[in-house]
Amino acid sequence: MGKDVAILGVGMHPWGKWGRNFVEYGVKAARDALDDAGLQWTDIQFVAGGATIRNGYPGQVPAATFAQALGWSGAQVASSYGACATGAQAINTARTQILAGLCDVALVVGADTTPKGFFAPQGGERFDDPDWLRFRLLGATNPIYFGLYARRRMEAYGATEQDFARARVKNGRHGLANPNARYKKAFSVEDVLASPMVSDPLRLLEICATSDGGAALVLASEEFARKHTTRPVKIAAVSTVTPEFPQTVIEMPNFSTDSAAGSQVPDTPFKDSIAKRAYEQAGLGPEDMDLAEVYDLSSALELDWYENIGLCKPGEAERLLNDGDTTIGGRIPVNPSGGLSCFGEAIPAQAIAQVCELTWQIRGQAEGRQVEGARVGVTANQGLFGHGSSVIVRS
Amino acid sequence: MSPQKPKKPAVEGWFDMDEQKPRLVGSRCAECGTVYFPAEKVFCRNPRCASSDLPEVRLSTRGRLWSFTNNCYPPPPPYVSPDPFEPYTVAAVELEAEKMVVLGQVAGAGVEDLEAGMEMELTLDTLFEDDENEYVMWKWRPVAA
Repeated sequence: MGKDVAILGVGMHPWGKWGRNFVEYGVKAARDALDDAGLQWTDIQFVAGGATIRNGYPGQVPAATFAQALGWSGAQVASSYGACATGAQAINTARTQILAGLCDVALVVGADTTPKGFFAPQGGERFDDPDWLRFRLLGATNPIYFGLYARRRMEAYGATEQDFARARVKNGRHGLANPNARYKKAFSVEDVLASPMVSDPLRLLEICATSDGGAALVLASEEFARKHTTRPVKIAAVSTVTPEFPQTVIEMPNFSTDSAAGSQVPDTPFKDSIAKRAYEQAGLGPEDMDLAEVYDLSSALELDWYENIGLCKPGEAERLLNDGDTTIGGRIPVNPSGGLSCFGEAIPAQAIAQVCELTWQIRGQAEGRQVEGARVGVTANQGLFGHGSSVIVRS
Repeated sequence: MSPQKPKKPAVEGWFDMDEQKPRLVGSRCAECGTVYFPAEKVFCRNPRCASSDLPEVRLSTRGRLWSFTNNCYPPPPPYVSPDPFEPYTVAAVELEAEKMVVLGQVAGAGVEDLEAGMEMELTLDTLFEDDENEYVMWKWRPVAA
C-alpha cells in the first residue's frame, strides 16, 4: 500500500500503583521495545513522547525527558498531548515522520504516574478552564459522564445492569494471564453487582481505575524493517479525528452539547467517525477485523464501542456480548488484553499499550489470551476535549 | 449556619440570579442561528458560518430528560463537598428549541425519581457556602415535583 509502517518492537512496564517516577516506567518500556526490535537506543533517529499533565514539566516534554534518561544521542524529538488519545498522537507523529521519509526508525513512548482516586483537574481558581469548572459547578467527575452514557443505553436499548456486569466479567477473564495487567482476578456477575455504586448504574468494579504504567513501540519504514525481520507487523492506519460540528452528544468536559439549531447534524456521529477514518485509510472494514482493543472506561462504554467501531448495529451490542462473540474464541474478540478493566488507565501510555497488545496477538505471542489466527485488529479510544484515536494493525 | 448570608452566583454571568424566573444566559448567532451555552461572544463555531455577531439570549427553561446519574462518593476539589458528604444527581436535559443538551445537578429528586423523557425545569439552588456567602447554581428539577 505504501502507507504502512512496521512495528519492529513493543514493550511495556506492568500497570499498577507503583508510586515511582513515570520516567522509570517509560525507560523500562522503551528498553524492552528496543530489545524486542533487536536495536540499540543509539539507532533511534526520532522520539515521539506522549505527554502527561500530572508529572510536572518533565511530563509535558516527555520525548526529551525519555531521550535524556536513555542517554542524549542527538535524536530529534516531538511531544504531544491529546488527553486519553495522547498515545495515538505520538504514534502518528512518528509514523508521519517515517512515511515522509524524514527518518527510518523511531521510538514512541508514553508513561504516567497517577494519584489515587478520581482524576482531578489542575489546581488553582480557573474560571476560564471548562475542566476545572465542571468539577466546581457540577461535581461532574469522569464517572458522571460514564453514568450518563450507561443510563442512556438502558433507556434507548433496554440494556440492563447485568449486561454491563457481563462485559466486566468477560474482560476480567481475558486479563487473568496478562503479565502487564494490574488486576488479575476473575469476578462473577454477582461480585460486580455487589460492588458499591459509584455513578448509577455503574459500580466500583465497572469503572476504570487510574494506574501507573508505560508502553513503547519501535516503528520503522518498510525498507528498514526488511533488513531486520522477515515478518513485520504493520500499522496500516492511524485516526486522530476531531468531531464534526455540531457535536450533539454530551462529552467531557463540557456543560452542553453543540446546538443543532443552525446547521445539519453530521451523517456520522463523532464516536462512529473515529474508527471509520482508520478503516478508510487502511482500505478495510469492520468485517475484516479479527480482534479489537477498545476503551472500556466503564463496562457500559465497551458496549457503545462495539457499535461505534462497526461490529454491530446500534442496540445490538448486548446480544453480541451475551452470545460470546466478543469473548476469546468468539467471532470478534474484544479486549483480549483484559482492557482497562484489568489495567486501569495510564493516560499517555494507554493507546500505545493497545497497539502492543494487537502486535503480540498478531505475532501469536499473547500467551494465555491468544486470539487464534489473529491477522488484523483495530484499536479505539477517545480523549476529552474532542480527541479520537484509532489504529489498525495487521500482519 | 445563618440563613442571612448574601447569595452569590457560583459563576458570574452564566444565569440570571432571579429565583422566581431563573434563566440560563447564552448567545445566538445572528447569521446561522446556532445557540451557545455558556455564551460564545467572539466567533460562531459553525464551520460554515463566519459571523461574529452573537447577541445574548435566554435559553428555554424547560426540556426533556436525556439521561441522568449520580455521584455516591465525594469528588475532588474544586468541588466543595459538605461534611458529611451528600450524594448528588446530575441530569442531561434536551432543550427543543435550542436543539442542545445542558447538564445540571438535580434539585429535590434522586435517580430513583427520574426517567428518561421526563419534563424538567430550571431552578436555582445552593451549591455550597463558606463563612461569608452562599453560592448559587442553576439546577434541574422534575416539573411534576
